[in-house]
Amino acid sequence: MNEFLDPLLLSRWQFGLTTVYHFLFVPLTIGLSVTVALYQTAWVRTGKDEYLKLTKFFGKIFLINFAMGVVTGIVQEFQFGMNWSDYSRFVGDVFGAPLAMEGLLAFFLEATFIGLWIFGWDKLPKALHLATIWVTAFATVLSGYFIIAANAFMQNPVGFQINEAKGRAELTDIWALLTNKVALAAFPHTIFACFMVAAGLIISVSAWHLSRGRNIETMRISLKSGLWMMVGGGALTFLTGDSLSLAMVQTQPMKMAAAEALYTTAGPASFSIFTWGTPDGVSELFSVRIPYLLSFLSTHTFDGQVEGINNLQAQYTATYGPGDYTPLIWVTYWAFRYMIGLGILAFLIAGIGLFLTRKGKLPTKKWIWKVAIWGMPLPLLAMILGWVFTEMGRQPWIVFGLLKTQDAVSPNVTGLEVLISLIAFTVTYGILAVVEFKLIKKAVQAGPAELPQADAETGITRQETTVY
Amino acid sequence: MDLAVLWFGIVGFLFVGYFVLDGFDFGVGMSLPFLGRDETDRRVIINTIGPIWDLNETWVIVAGAALFAAFPEWYATLFSGFYLALLVILLALIVRGVSFEYRHQRPELAWKRRFDWMITIGSAVPALLWGVAFANIVQGVPLDAGHNYTGSFFDLLNPYALLGGLTTLMLFFTHGVVFISLKTDGELRERARALATKAGLITIVVAASFLLWTTLAFGTLASAALSAAAAVALILSFLANLKAREGWAFGLMAATIALAVLSLFMALFPDVMPASNDVANSLTVANASSSQYTLTVMSWTALIFMPLILVYQGWGYWVFRKRVTRAHIESSVAASH
Ligand code: HDD
Ligand code: HEM
Ligand code: HEM
Repeated sequence: MNEFLDPLLLSRWQFGLTTVYHFLFVPLTIGLSVTVALYQTAWVRTGKDEYLKLTKFFGKIFLINFAMGVVTGIVQEFQFGMNWSDYSRFVGDVFGAPLAMEGLLAFFLEATFIGLWIFGWDKLPKALHLATIWVTAFATVLSGYFIIAANAFMQNPVGFQINEAKGRAELTDIWALLTNKVALAAFPHTIFACFMVAAGLIISVSAWHLSRGRNIETMRISLKSGLWMMVGGGALTFLTGDSLSLAMVQTQPMKMAAAEALYTTAGPASFSIFTWGTPDGVSELFSVRIPYLLSFLSTHTFDGQVEGINNLQAQYTATYGPGDYTPLIWVTYWAFRYMIGLGILAFLIAGIGLFLTRKGKLPTKKWIWKVAIWGMPLPLLAMILGWVFTEMGRQPWIVFGLLKTQDAVSPNVTGLEVLISLIAFTVTYGILAVVEFKLIKKAVQAGPAELPQADAETGITRQETTVY
Repeated sequence: MDLAVLWFGIVGFLFVGYFVLDGFDFGVGMSLPFLGRDETDRRVIINTIGPIWDLNETWVIVAGAALFAAFPEWYATLFSGFYLALLVILLALIVRGVSFEYRHQRPELAWKRRFDWMITIGSAVPALLWGVAFANIVQGVPLDAGHNYTGSFFDLLNPYALLGGLTTLMLFFTHGVVFISLKTDGELRERARALATKAGLITIVVAASFLLWTTLAFGTLASAALSAAAAVALILSFLANLKAREGWAFGLMAATIALAVLSLFMALFPDVMPASNDVANSLTVANASSSQYTLTVMSWTALIFMPLILVYQGWGYWVFRKRVTRAHIESSVAASH
């Protein structure tokens, strides 16, 4: 079989591609469901028209986005069996449980209550209708927890034993699995990052309208809430990222070494913001460094020892047998930096934005608005890079220390079949991305609907009784 | 009680839920070219399932995840073995799902018509392929000693499986049309009832042949009894529809689908995926299941949450119990101008 039709390589591309794509929509769903719930709560409590308009406006964007999250999520679930059947055989006993719990506890709840929220404006009392969006928001966050717990098992396997006869890992302690220290650190980090992503959208949308002098009264409120959400979410993302670093060093020291391209063990270790070196990163020509920072991130002491790649490689060869245990350094190195860097950039922009809009002022300079509008994708990019770092930094393992990615792929699925599916997904997802982007843009630019259409007292728009 | 057997039952229950619920969504989608004479009709039809189709589709996600958790071997063999068939189902579900959301985003009729067709195709394809897949599971497929499927995509398209696909296609179509007659009013309701009669006749013939074939070739006493019950329910549903008893017709259609799916599961038991080439390679409830501990944890989870889930889903259905009428659509059009 020629290299082009290698099922392993193609399956990895397909999984990476479809997961990243799924994750373009998930953070907006998580962040916006909570935001919309907050706007609607503000409306119910104050009765102010602006809050109702915001609820409907961001609710509409939320829904366009939600559909994509759902349809791409099903693909994710099916792919474990389709492309990674030996992985599923090996870990199904452990990994299936959180996935099934996610379905039973979170997805059902979410799917029921989102229908009630969308179509229920004229059918439910005001308070009950408000409750439906809160339940939806709760369920999206809960589903995030279970899937992260599942993912954390791959980063740091706990609560299992190996059954030699069956050749698989078996669950022995569900609580250990659900309270995996990697999950406990990764979950808040991801959720707060989701708020940053949603804040990015809200800021950008509000800035677009305000810079054109449209919908000033409404968009002033959303701009403010977006800026606060970015700053608050950002601060919390950084804090939780710090505890996640600690958990990562304890469980996968190789990943941190690869994140810094640290070949030889050092203590104290510095953190390079930027390096210019040979393309493989083996030797360095020039770099800008912050002393002690890597030691601090890894150990919370300024002179803590950080193990280097060469050391760990030797250690792993001794433990697991001969092989290459080093992930692709340039990917982990740059993904880690850009995750942090873009996140900080978005945080700073929002911070300056808060200053510029203090006491109800609005900036007049065009370029300031441009920055606000185009800053939107920064947290989303940071988020994607964070996942690329997490997943690629784990290589060559699919389940750290237990199963290699190369042993996880479906043995009976041919390269041609995977190529067909990879092309099919790429084309479908590509077309949908274009349609989706246009629809969101159109909804955004149309702006919040004027209220005469809705009954200001009950919030019912005629439209809602038959949404489709 | 043997927990693996219990989970065989739970997986069966989840698939019954999926086929009964998303089954009528598929039927509604397929009926658009037959019943949707104008834009208002089409909107009425789509809005009958508007608030619930996503919920109904979630049943397959949960069924799949339950399969993964309780029978990892079965999940792995089935999903990797039926790779291309599942790919087509996934693409169809994607197309259908986004079309519901996209069709109403723009006013042009051409835009809406394009997504109407995508809804119809995105409904018909899974309705057919789920039947093909389940018939193949019952019939058995070639598996090697490592439980990997050794056939090709085209081996799945054998006569028995195709008849199975045609059966689910027709059952879901009729189920959906009956649902429309239950959920709409006026002239559309009448036309739906008339279409249900015609479709019902074909469904009876197709489904009866498939169930008979299943019983003769793979049947057990239990599966035969369930097949017979399914056939009776189908005929009663047909009669109820003739007498314009829409609630009964719909309930009996749901019972037909449930009984037919259960009959397939009983024909399968105690295998979960029989090997057609060598029985020694068959996957069974015993050798495909998870450990006792995992099954215990999952059983508690299901025991505690399933009743709750059924209650709030039932409540959701109850909130949207009213018929959708042309007047609703027309007033919403008026309001948006
Ligand atoms: C807006 C997005 C965003 C921002 C600004 C940051 N992160 Fe992050 N990070 C993610 C979004 C993200 C994520 C949601 O993409 C990941 C992937 C897996 C996970 O749990 O969160 C992640 C993973 C991730 C990991 C890998 C965990 C593992 O593999 O086990 C570490 C060590 C950090 N982050 C640390 C940080 C630090 C120290 C940050 C800033 C000071 C930071 N992150 C900012
Ligand atoms: C929490 C749920 C997740 C699980 C269970 C999961 C699991 C997996 C699995 C099974 C693979 C395939 C094997 C491999 O190539 O390593 C993989 C790879 C990958 N995943 Fe994740 N993943 C999750 C989340 C994510 C997210 C949210 C992203 C990005 C947005 C992501 C990005 C990737 C990438 C880029 C790869 C390819 C890495 C490579 O092949 O080198 N993953 N993941
Ligand atoms: C590769 C692993 C993943 C799998 C198998 C998976 C599975 C799914 C499925 C089946 C759905 C559709 C549910 C529905 O119909 O309501 C979905 C949606 C969702 N997923 Fe994922 N997912 C993965 C990665 C992730 C990650 C890493 C997160 C969050 C941290 C996440 C969060 C969500 C959320 C919040 C939803 C519901 C909102 C929406 O549909 O947009 N998923 N996922």
